[in-house]
Amino acid sequence: MSEKKMTAYDRVKLARAADRTNIMEYIEALFEDFLELHGDRLYRDDPSIVGGIATFHGIPVTIIGQRKGRTTEENIRFNFGMTSPEGYRKARRLMEQAEKFGRPIITFIDTPGAYPGIEAESNGQSNAIAENLAVMSRLKVPIIAIVTGEGSSGGALALGVADRVWMLENAVYSILSPEGFASIIWKDASRAAEASTVMKITAGELKELELIDGVIPEGNRSFPILDSLLVETLEKLRKQSGAELANARFRKFRRIDGLFDGKRGE
Amino acid sequence: MNIDDIFRQRRKRWDILLKQRTAAQEEQTECPSCHAVVETSKLREKRWVCPHCGFYLSMDPVSRIRFVCDEGSFRELFGNLPQQNPIKFPQYEEKLATMREKTGGNDAFLAGEARIRGIRVAIGVMDSRFLMGSMGTVVGEKIARLTEYAGKRKLPLIIFSASGGARMQEGLFSLMQMAKTAAMVEQFKEKGGLFISYLTNPTTGGVSASYASLGDIIIAEPDALICFAGPRVIEQTIGQKLPKEFQHAEFLLEHGMIDMVVERKRMRSTLHKILKLHASV
Repeated sequence: MSEKKMTAYDRVKLARAADRTNIMEYIEALFEDFLELHGDRLYRDDPSIVGGIATFHGIPVTIIGQRKGRTTEENIRFNFGMTSPEGYRKARRLMEQAEKFGRPIITFIDTPGAYPGIEAESNGQSNAIAENLAVMSRLKVPIIAIVTGEGSSGGALALGVADRVWMLENAVYSILSPEGFASIIWKDASRAAEASTVMKITAGELKELELIDGVIPEGNRSFPILDSLLVETLEKLRKQSGAELANARFRKFRRIDGLFDGKRGE
Repeated sequence: MNIDDIFRQRRKRWDILLKQRTAAQEEQTECPSCHAVVETSKLREKRWVCPHCGFYLSMDPVSRIRFVCDEGSFRELFGNLPQQNPIKFPQYEEKLATMREKTGGNDAFLAGEARIRGIRVAIGVMDSRFLMGSMGTVVGEKIARLTEYAGKRKLPLIIFSASGGARMQEGLFSLMQMAKTAAMVEQFKEKGGLFISYLTNPTTGGVSASYASLGDIIIAEPDALICFAGPRVIEQTIGQKLPKEFQHAEFLLEHGMIDMVVERKRMRSTLHKILKLHASV
């Protein structure tokens, strides 16, 4: 442990920073021939989600993830990375398309949460997220999810049911924003820093709890490390049959029961 | 007045006093909607529907089972799963102990096998009194096991939800129960199982956004609040008051998110009808 001691809330701030590496930069750095695809075929195109096809070391892959902007104007256009049902349904459409053509799926998660709005609720936010969880659990192609910034609530998990879940070193992954958590538990949103600590949301803590599979260091080495990790992992996953992949993914999530010391009932 | 008379009079007074005390002890419940005070026994008889305004009070799992299942047919399953504190949340064990004491359940979910007018079913009911019916690892695990149980025995699966969402005190473990329960019911349905999701007041957050929205058939109770983000969160985000009917069962029916809104008095007959229509030959 040579790294400097940072608090969980320091990382929350880093994860949210306006200059944090966003999905477009990951696509630029790691993939070739990106072709963006649009729309859920039901209602509209949600700009908070980027989706499309690209090649990774010559292999076609499907890329899906939340988009945040650098400027206020951009952020308004991308709804601050808060996804609506149409965005989750676009993601699902592209994932099913990836399965049809045997393409691995790589998702980039960076959201303060699913969008809490009138239209989002009227159009079935719950249903859209639930369907994604269900579909991802049985897709017969490799899925890798990378939490790059904020991974908040069901809005993040809806792109996160994957064979491998990785987090950037300073990314956070949580049941709810620390502010939301503090206001529910202590009726005081200003205790967010304290909440960040008790919630166990940092990459290191979640790796220890075995809820994620890997932590990707940040800084200059970030892209090359991610690149070689993707090469290695995709090679491994692509050797498995579709049924093996789906089974292993199902079991991975089935196993999460919080019982570490073998004290099981029945 | 002789001594016998004095005693007789006293006894009469004691009798009256005793009667008054029994009457006072008759448990009463206030309707959260119209605030009428109703004898609890009467409310129970009316399936926890307020006789004055028709409001649906929340129903504990045991009452729910009693109204839905054949008498004496319910057998509890997985009632002894040990509770854990996976993220070592401060004072969580104490909180759980209090809740167990209060509700008599091991967590916010009662699971079992029962019969509905003779038809065997796997059935689960959330307990909204237990930490708002929130879903943590025990609730998630019970749902997963109940789904497996139903799958192995080819039983229809019925789950009554009533939940504030994922359980905060178990952090990301609770979030993962969304993925787990969704995957479980998806697998169950793919293998031909019938899953009836019954949404009661309130069904929100991580529960409405996972298994509860995945029923082959989704039923809701009248006026039940069903949503992903709660009304208060949305009001804060958009800075305006929401219309009264927004996010309630009838609104969801209108927007195509559920199959039907069913009155409590038709709960059992509706379930039986669906089960009969799916009975295998």
